[in-house]
Amino acid sequence: MPKTSAAVTQADYIKAYRIMLLSRVLEEKLASLYRAGMIKGGVFLGRGQEALSVSVGIHLHRGDIFAPLIRDQAGRLAFGDTVLDTLRTYLGSQLGSMRGRDGNIHRGRPRDGYYAMISHLGAMIPAVSGGLFARRLKGERGVVGATCIGDGGTSTGAFHEGLNAAAVEKLPLVVVIANNQYAYSTPNSRQYACADLLDKAAGYGVVGHKADGTNLLDCLQTLRRAVQNARGGGGPQLVVADLLRLVGHGEHDDGQYVDPKLKASPLGGDCLVIAEHHILEQKWATAEEHAVWRREVETEVNSTADRVRREPPPDPEEDDWAALSCPEYREQYATS
Amino acid sequence: MITYLEAIRLAQQKALATDPRVFLYGQDIASFGGAFKATKNLSKEFPGRVFDATLSEDAIVGMAIGAAIEGMRPIVEMQFADFSTCGLNQIVNHAATLYYRTGVPCPIVVRLPSGGTSGGGPFHSQSMEALYAHYPGLVVVTPATVEDAYTMLFDAVALDDPVIFCEHKFLYNHLKAESLPETSLPIGKARLARTGRDATIVTHGAMLHESLAAATELAEEGFELEIVDLRSVKPLDTDTILASVARTGRLLCVSEEWPWGGVTSEVIARVSAEGFGLLDVAPMRVNAKDTPVPYHPDLWSVHRPTASTIAAAARRLLLS
Ligand SMILES: Cc1ncc(C[n+]2csc(CCOP(=O)(O)OP(=O)(O)O)c2C)c(N)n1
Ligand SMILES: [Mg+2]
Repeated sequence: MPKTSAAVTQADYIKAYRIMLLSRVLEEKLASLYRAGMIKGGVFLGRGQEALSVSVGIHLHRGDIFAPLIRDQAGRLAFGDTVLDTLRTYLGSQLGSMRGRDGNIHRGRPRDGYYAMISHLGAMIPAVSGGLFARRLKGERGVVGATCIGDGGTSTGAFHEGLNAAAVEKLPLVVVIANNQYAYSTPNSRQYACADLLDKAAGYGVVGHKADGTNLLDCLQTLRRAVQNARGGGGPQLVVADLLRLVGHGEHDDGQYVDPKLKASPLGGDCLVIAEHHILEQKWATAEEHAVWRREVETEVNSTADRVRREPPPDPEEDDWAALSCPEYREQYATS
Repeated sequence: MITYLEAIRLAQQKALATDPRVFLYGQDIASFGGAFKATKNLSKEFPGRVFDATLSEDAIVGMAIGAAIEGMRPIVEMQFADFSTCGLNQIVNHAATLYYRTGVPCPIVVRLPSGGTSGGGPFHSQSMEALYAHYPGLVVVTPATVEDAYTMLFDAVALDDPVIFCEHKFLYNHLKAESLPETSLPIGKARLARTGRDATIVTHGAMLHESLAAATELAEEGFELEIVDLRSVKPLDTDTILASVARTGRLLCVSEEWPWGGVTSEVIARVSAEGFGLLDVAPMRVNAKDTPVPYHPDLWSVHRPTASTIAAAARRLLLS
């Protein structure tokens, strides 16, 4: 059974909230850049999922492994990703970590434990597991790996294979399901037939946790418990958080298919607004202080975007077009 | 005498003994020693370095990728090459893209017990080198001798890039050598398995031995065939192929794979594009028939190229 963990303090809450705010403002900027035609490729936002996502990233340490997914801008920032690298990747700057070779959410720095997702959903679960397996072989203790997935992604073979293998190896893996009710346009009624995704935990023999994805405190507490359990040797942890995707699947999608009853239900609450009210109610900050926080992040995001827009795009003449790291093989490849 | 299979076992033993980053991961490979015994006794000899995997090819390769990111050198055994399709996504979309996307190399070796044996049938016989060679970011090797099975597997582990190691099941106990070399040609270099002036056969894997038998047959008729053993199909050693065609003027490509988009098509495309003037006649190829690999030995032995079908094709090529 999950052990009790240290209580979430006011400082923890505020820290998490401010990352959520940064994430939200950054994503609003991405949406406006998208509408202005300045983004290379698509934009997929995590609006409404910041509380859950930040709670994952904030409980990981340097040296842990994190493979975020589509809607994890907040968790990425909490784990150490930057506004600068986010904008570089979306705007196609040569200076971004992916150098124009991959974009938007498919970014990371694997050497820092920040794995770069591939699009194929579920695939990162075994990869994080393998990273944890390697750390164990190297004699490292106290490492945790976390990865996120959606309700749709739980239907993949990779989800099943990965979670099952991690359970067999008792790896310190935290799998976080953002149950946002839709996979693109597909509602949960067409995605799974169990009563609750949490039921899957028992099937794999892993510990299950449920969180209210609209409630920052609940998300922080749940993820703290899950990460501590994993770190303490409790094996894989499956966290299921219920919420609603508050945007289209991507910025190209208006999400008109989302059931209005869901929007009006508690699931449709905006975690950022709920957390802001909580802070004001608790008098942890005044409205003026809150306005300053927002202005600060807006300034950071806007000035970074202006800077990145002046950066060079990748140069096809300079790219070495090498898919292999071994230099002696490169010239033997067919060039046509 | 050392078999091809034993050479593979010994190469893994040497890799485990010399490189602490190496571990083995696959189905039934620990105390059981693997479906073909390619890892026999290794779990006993190297405790905590050889692991039985769940029946999950996607997870097996995915875990190997994660371990490689963290600095390990996993060798993965697929029970049969055919089942690697269940791990295809991790191989071609994850392992193969990692270096290009992130600059972090992915040093994994995926061992594929490949190719046909009598009675193997549609799902235990496939040759998948062309499928994997199609994807950028993978090295695909096809050792055809005991010596190459040994040195190339060891070299594959040392390589920073993902290697698809197509070891041929037909050769496992069929080929034997007195001793094993310490070094050999590097991965990416083809080898002249036989020299001759009249025509060039380009082949790999078990088809090397059928081609050598065909060449012996034709030598009795007065024709000298040169045989290029590709050893690795990606990278493909076009230089060695072109140099041979320059000497002989005639090209026959032989492969156990299906014909569509395979190694023979790639070799002929390259020679036609880069060495058209070297050819005296149109190139030819012999592949397996374009059907699933049949189960019954009488069907199977006609489905794949054999010494006699290769010899027949070579005669047509020589007389044209
Ligand atoms: C294996 C795979 N199939 C299809 C897709 C295309 N795709 C991208 S996102 C998505 C929906 C994902 O839904 P869910 O897992 O619930 O995550 P959410 O978008 O709701 O966060 C689909 C079908 C994919 N990326 N991977
Ligand atoms: Mg969803």
